[in-house]
Amino acid sequence: MIPILPEVLVEYQSEIWESIVESSIMVGFSVLAALLVGLPIGTFLFLCRKGQLLENRLVFSSLNLLVNIIRSFPFLLLVIFMIPFTRFVMGTAIGTAAATLPMMVIAIAHYSRLVEQSLLDVPKGVIQAAVSMGASVKDIIFKFLYVESRSALVLSMTTSTISFISYSTIMGVVGGGGIGDFAIRYGYLQYRTDLMVYIIIIIVIFVQIIQYSGITLARKIDKR
Amino acid sequence: MISLQNVTKRYGAFKAIQSISLNIKPGEIHGIIGSSGAGKSTLLRMMNLLEKPDDGDVIINNKKINHLKGKEIRNIRQSLGMIFQGFHLVGNKTVFDNVAVSLEIAKIAKKNRTERVMESLRFVGLEAYKDKYPRQLSGGQKQRVAIARAIVNNPSVLLCDEPTSSLDPTTTMEILEVLKQINQQLNVTIIIVSHEMEVIRSLSERVTVMEDGQIYEVVEIEPTGVNKSKKGAATFVEQLKSGGDSNPS
Repeated sequence: MIPILPEVLVEYQSEIWESIVESSIMVGFSVLAALLVGLPIGTFLFLCRKGQLLENRLVFSSLNLLVNIIRSFPFLLLVIFMIPFTRFVMGTAIGTAAATLPMMVIAIAHYSRLVEQSLLDVPKGVIQAAVSMGASVKDIIFKFLYVESRSALVLSMTTSTISFISYSTIMGVVGGGGIGDFAIRYGYLQYRTDLMVYIIIIIVIFVQIIQYSGITLARKIDKR
Repeated sequence: MISLQNVTKRYGAFKAIQSISLNIKPGEIHGIIGSSGAGKSTLLRMMNLLEKPDDGDVIINNKKINHLKGKEIRNIRQSLGMIFQGFHLVGNKTVFDNVAVSLEIAKIAKKNRTERVMESLRFVGLEAYKDKYPRQLSGGQKQRVAIARAIVNNPSVLLCDEPTSSLDPTTTMEILEVLKQINQQLNVTIIIVSHEMEVIRSLSERVTVMEDGQIYEVVEIEPTGVNKSKKGAATFVEQLKSGGDSNPS
């Protein structure tokens, strides 16, 4: 074993690895949901706004309200509120897989709002030029909006991922496990404060790596 | 060519354009001048339906286009180039990609794009800048890229919305020279909106003077030509001595 590791980490290493994998599953699926569903919803929200290409007051207001409601929920209450739905979809409301569903829901709402705000920063003139070139909505999204806002989208995803890590720490309430749940069960509840502190340090390191990677990538792809 | 027949545009109760009829002749350089709020940009933007008229017709090549939708409008727009005061380049694309995007939109095969993009960049004198990003260019160079983007699809008409308003006098002359070459060498009809009399006078053969959303008069003139001999400070001195741009307002 690596001699520099504190004894307590060595003692619980298999449980720690297991909880890291659980957190990775929950956060990973949340990131995937944010990208595959949150990105299109955020884009659609932007396009349906007043003065934009697909301006539609009813669609915008409905979608905007839905995103706001989901984001307004205290996350713990959202998890509990969603238990019947989670059971219906996943067949169970307990465990890592079941915990992933509410995480995905909040991830979609969270990222879609950040996407909408990122796209608002694209100069209107760029969209106007695209329209004057005969671009379709699909062209405008993929050849102009995403290209021009790509660093903001990466930074938004970085912020979201860090929030998802934070959300995942309370998934122990439905047996989701994860690194945060491990810190509470083994560190706090068993009076192993040293273990809890080490786990917090591990989480901080993870967050620093994600933040640094996000900022570096965003800076690299920003040519404006 | 382009013909507007009794077009009207309202924003709420405000009439930005009031029943205007105007015919643009093929191959001409047509200037539109007027003070701020006269409706000149709105009139120009109606020609490619960036603004749809509330009444009247926009006719291009004997075809009414203002009732067209979706793909048909997009096809019409692809045959009309447009440049703007603010250039509106994509900051995250290179000069080459900013020009190439116009061909991508028109679904031109990838193998044919490079040659056409380079041809356009050569025309505006920016061949060597193809790998630069817009932030690395001066205002005049950015407008040249926008021009290259607008002409790469071989448009029959180039709409210019205040193309030199944010440029210094020397760069303005350079851009006007490029526009003149586009008209003469590529046989592209040019419609240019400006509030700068010098700009309109140096290029246009016919000028529509606008006031309060209406045509005040259409005047035929002999273009004074672009003065290429004066550069830098000499241009400023000349403008100061001649009283600068005379604005119709």
